[in-house]
Amino acid sequence: MMNTAIFKYAIDLFAVLFLALGIKGLSKVRSARAANQLAALAMGLALLGVFIDFLGSDAISFNSWIWIVFGSVIGGCLGMITAKRVPMTAMPETVALFNGCGGMSSLLVAMGVVLFLGESDSGQTTQDFVGNLSIIVSVFVGAITFFGSIVAMAKLQGWLSTPGWTQSKLRHAFNIALSVLAFVGAAELLLGGQSGLWLLVISSGLLGIGVTLPIGGADMPVVISLLNSYSGVAAAAAGFVVQSQLLIVAGAMVGAAGLILTQVMCNGMNRSLLSVLFGGALGHSASGVGSNLSEYVNITSCSVEECALTIEAAERVVIVPGYGLAVAQAQHTLREVTRVLEAGGINVSYAIHPVAGRMPGHMNVLLAEADVPYEQLKEMDVINPDFPATDVVLVLGANDVVNPQAKNDSNSPLYGMPVLDVYEARTVFVVKRGMSAGYSGIKNDLFEMSNTSMVFGDAKKVLGDLLVQLKELGLGRKG
Amino acid sequence: MEFSHTEALWVLLLGSLLGFELIGKVPPTLHTPLMSGANAISGITMLAALSLIIKAQDNLPLLVLGSISLGFALFNVIGGFLVTDRMLAMFSRKPIRKQDNR
Repeated sequence: MMNTAIFKYAIDLFAVLFLALGIKGLSKVRSARAANQLAALAMGLALLGVFIDFLGSDAISFNSWIWIVFGSVIGGCLGMITAKRVPMTAMPETVALFNGCGGMSSLLVAMGVVLFLGESDSGQTTQDFVGNLSIIVSVFVGAITFFGSIVAMAKLQGWLSTPGWTQSKLRHAFNIALSVLAFVGAAELLLGGQSGLWLLVISSGLLGIGVTLPIGGADMPVVISLLNSYSGVAAAAAGFVVQSQLLIVAGAMVGAAGLILTQVMCNGMNRSLLSVLFGGALGHSASGVGSNLSEYVNITSCSVEECALTIEAAERVVIVPGYGLAVAQAQHTLREVTRVLEAGGINVSYAIHPVAGRMPGHMNVLLAEADVPYEQLKEMDVINPDFPATDVVLVLGANDVVNPQAKNDSNSPLYGMPVLDVYEARTVFVVKRGMSAGYSGIKNDLFEMSNTSMVFGDAKKVLGDLLVQLKELGLGRKG
Repeated sequence: MEFSHTEALWVLLLGSLLGFELIGKVPPTLHTPLMSGANAISGITMLAALSLIIKAQDNLPLLVLGSISLGFALFNVIGGFLVTDRMLAMFSRKPIRKQDNR
């Protein structure tokens, strides 16, 4: 008995150590992959610890085993399938989905304890104040995490748009009312009334929806990161509920690290966390939903042939990838085009805006998949001074991150966001499907500039045509 | 294992401090994988779900609830780690050596 207890302690300690090292290692490119595996190993150890603990005291009943296997097999397999199947473009949504499920798990644990372990036998679990409080936190944060994450996922997938009423002041009243209801439910639960539980669950869930729904898609990564931090908090609270220190440590670490990461991401976009959470969607307050062709004058569009001729004569080409590239799955075609350019002696690099795509690092992942050499990916601060010396910039499905308004127009909602100064290049080609606005819904002044030409079409098709044209021009062939 | 709330609160405090310290500078490239990895770790509530099932004895509704909870948590954990690994595998690929152009 004694031995198993010590053994269990040792395992828990190692698990915590590995988790901490894992999080630490994940923040450096070189160690990231090993760190992720270390963290996974730590989780395995933690599981082992639970079984050892119970092996020491009383045996796990056959019934329990059945349900353990049942739940793990279904959850585990679904997780595995989702992780393998999901396309790289849908990464942010996937993280949101996983995260929501973690929150749901904490929520269910707390509910289970209240509903079934509350007044029965020992009853020790819920008698005291801290225990009750942790149940409330677990339910409240868990519900917000789950429903918030699902909304975030649905919005990123395009299943949900931003309803108009959520942009009015009404939403604050709605959310405050829900918070009050949640508080009432929590108070009732704290005084020992089980009926408060349902009020708390429902109002917290609705609050999660009500808070996430008004937030625009461009800010979603920040929200997902924040919800990720919440799910850590929910886990820590669940740790108090089932009295597991390991759970508390791990939950607290994720909660705190998630918060820091959220802050880092906010800094990258030059937005404060408060304005992300309560400011509503960018651009909607000013000009209604989206903008369209009629807003633009002086648009120059050109054919792929003209584009190819200009590129062929260039010495230095910078590619600016964006979400459109990801959607069109054009990264491999792009790589073929750049191979031809390089073979023709043209200097090619890629300008990566910190929030290009729908998630920081989205473009890096996408281009790495297409075998683009890591050293050709240039971060914004590195590449910005180079634009005046650049002959051609090819903007592929990026929009807000190249909008000069962010620099020049102090009235613009984008004002202050760091952007890529592509307009300083000699020629800019913008490959785009149509004149629709970017994710922020704001007009892009770049499109009207005299050195900008629009090439309309799906990124993959345009790049395919471009490849043919460039080859016809004899680029990349020796002699 | 003895469990006192005072001790647990200390654990909470120190764990949070550790979390704050662990992440200093993160290159933007790693934001998504880091988020995804940390997210997988938050699936640690699987331990709570597990102990709930074990404590449930023959209480069928609780067994079912615990099992669902365990399923959700494992979905989070396994999916989270695999998807993170998939992302990171793309970075770790050796950069291709190039002969020309500087």
